[in-house]
Amino acid sequence: MISIQNLHKSYVTGNNSLHVLKGLNLEIGEGEFVSIMGSSGSGKSTLLNILGVLDDYDQGDYFLNGKKIWGLTETQAAITRNAMIGFIFQSFNLISFKNAMENVALPLYYQKISRKKRNMIALEYLDRLGLKPWAHHLPSEMSGGQKQRVAIARALISNPKIILADEPTGALDSQTSMEVMEILKNVNDQGITVIIVTHEHDIAAMTKKIIRLKDGIIGEVITNGDLQLYRDRVKSE
Amino acid sequence: MFDLDRWNEIWHALAKNKVRSLLTAFGVFWGIFMLIIMAGASNGLKNGIVEGVAKFATNSCFMWSNQTSEPYKGFKRGRYWNMDSDDLTYVLNNVPEIEYLSPKNFGSRMNGGPNTIRGFKNGSYNVKGDYPEYVKIDPYTVLMGRWINEMDILEKRKVCVIGQKVFEQMFDAKENPLGEYLKISGVYYQVVGVIKPETQININGRAEESIFLPFTTMQQTYNMGNMVHFLAITAKKGVPVSVVEEKVKALIKSRHSIAPTDTQALNSVNIEQQFQQISGLFLAIGMLTWIVGIGTLMAGVIGVSNIMLVIVKERTKEIGVQRALGASPRTIITQIMLESVSLTIVAGYTGLSLGVGLLELVNKILESRPATGDRAFFTHPEVSITVALASLLVLVLAGLFAGSIPAKRALLIKPIEALREE
Ligand SMILES: Nc1ncnc2c1ncn2[C@@H]1O[C@H](COP(=O)(O)OP(=O)(O)O)[C@@H](O)[C@H]1O
Ligand SMILES: [Mg+2]
Repeated sequence: MISIQNLHKSYVTGNNSLHVLKGLNLEIGEGEFVSIMGSSGSGKSTLLNILGVLDDYDQGDYFLNGKKIWGLTETQAAITRNAMIGFIFQSFNLISFKNAMENVALPLYYQKISRKKRNMIALEYLDRLGLKPWAHHLPSEMSGGQKQRVAIARALISNPKIILADEPTGALDSQTSMEVMEILKNVNDQGITVIIVTHEHDIAAMTKKIIRLKDGIIGEVITNGDLQLYRDRVKSE
Repeated sequence: MFDLDRWNEIWHALAKNKVRSLLTAFGVFWGIFMLIIMAGASNGLKNGIVEGVAKFATNSCFMWSNQTSEPYKGFKRGRYWNMDSDDLTYVLNNVPEIEYLSPKNFGSRMNGGPNTIRGFKNGSYNVKGDYPEYVKIDPYTVLMGRWINEMDILEKRKVCVIGQKVFEQMFDAKENPLGEYLKISGVYYQVVGVIKPETQININGRAEESIFLPFTTMQQTYNMGNMVHFLAITAKKGVPVSVVEEKVKALIKSRHSIAPTDTQALNSVNIEQQFQQISGLFLAIGMLTWIVGIGTLMAGVIGVSNIMLVIVKERTKEIGVQRALGASPRTIITQIMLESVSLTIVAGYTGLSLGVGLLELVNKILESRPATGDRAFFTHPEVSITVALASLLVLVLAGLFAGSIPAKRALLIKPIEALREE
């Protein structure tokens, strides 16, 4: 699904250049449930943005679903995002003047699906996440957990292959965080690749694979069997 | 082509931000409103004056005598003199460019006291002695009977033509004035016609309130000898009035021993010149209207563009989210352009309608005034359909223009930058 070799990314601001990703290699298969960890500023969001075709990279190769992502026009990038990827953000990023249903339906608008049809589909997704009664409420009338569930519904509605979530529980209390992770796990169970960025160990521990970023490359990969071990180690830390 | 969904999006975006949308719209509304009102007002002024003088012969000039201002041929300066009937034939014989020549004499109004009596009724009117030709220069509508004719002049008949106001005041509404007698300054005249002026130009008092006698009759009954107070002249087609004016003046001056260089002794007005000045003025007013109007409109458009920029900035995050969710650059541009254009058009159209509506209202009020009443030089303040359509086109272009800068700006917003968590 995702294949990255020797990925480099620098941010240039004025005369300064900040080399964030320094020859990173990464393979993520279809249906994986992965968390990316690392200290603040280690380049987790940078990596996720590149994965999500929101940003370009300086050097290396990135294949998404077998297709090389390089030198895309804005329009091609938009089509790729719309077809392949669902985004979930820390601060939800719902559109404030649209109600829950309209927010969820938005990706389908860009696929030119009729209003009636897309609102109907949006209602279905909201229903699945237990938010049907809130369909006609504005984001400002909902709790953080509800907003994030709306955002998840919005990420799912275009039937993406991959869900990318940057600190999806960063703005939520631990109880709600667990609920959101539960939903993401269900999503993953349906075969969708889920990649989340987090700095919380117990959140990461709910995924099936942990990738630790360190010094611009993958410092450590912890998979399935080792997770229990990892959990124990985290506890003792 | 018509994409209901897109309009829904636009409507949502605009309606959910009412204050912003309204503020944006107001600039454009005001611009086009002012443009229409000003164009209408200047048209009204123009129409008023044009209608007021339209039927007046523009190829005409008028002259009257004055004290001399230079000594000449043994006469001192400051001499009083008058034109006379012999001047008329002389001038007609020697200036072939003259089309119509019509002398006019004025009777005194007896210091404002009543000079006209009929039974128990009396009134104070301007009494004028006229030639049949006068109506070729300053046309009157004959409401009843007829205007002065050649026979009246030749036989010095004791007849009179009266203005509409005179009729209304001296007769009952259902009365037939023709054949009736009016006693004017002690002499009886038979009424042969009632007239109404077609222009707003008045020489020595309003025509509605005037009594017209045959010129020769007036000279005789008022003991004016062969004196002529006033001359109205039109030039033949293709001849500038000023040519005729100068020729006639030179001839008359020489006949009365007045210095050719004396500019005061024989005063004149050249209507052709006056008209040219007025048209120049109209042109200036029209141009000013457009300059100011388009300036105001431009200010509105720049306002829209500015506010759209603010909107784009405010919406950075929203646009970023839309991009992340798969909105193509085209979708974003179209959205912003259409928002800007529809806002401009709705606002502009409202301004246009209200402006035109207001003009219509003023028009109605003006038209409901009695026709013979105190009509100001202001009628039909209207704007042409061409102007209205042109403004609409300008609005569309303005909206596109107002949207293009913020749309370009919106494209520069990278989704990651918009989405970056602080
Ligand atoms: N657009 C940018 N321009 C310049 N520097 C950036 C930009 N985005 C991120 N950075 C810098 O790159 C580094 C990695 O950022 P980021 O990927 O957001 O880290 P993380 O998400 O792991 O906290 C940080 O030092 C950050 O300040
Ligand atoms: Mg981050």
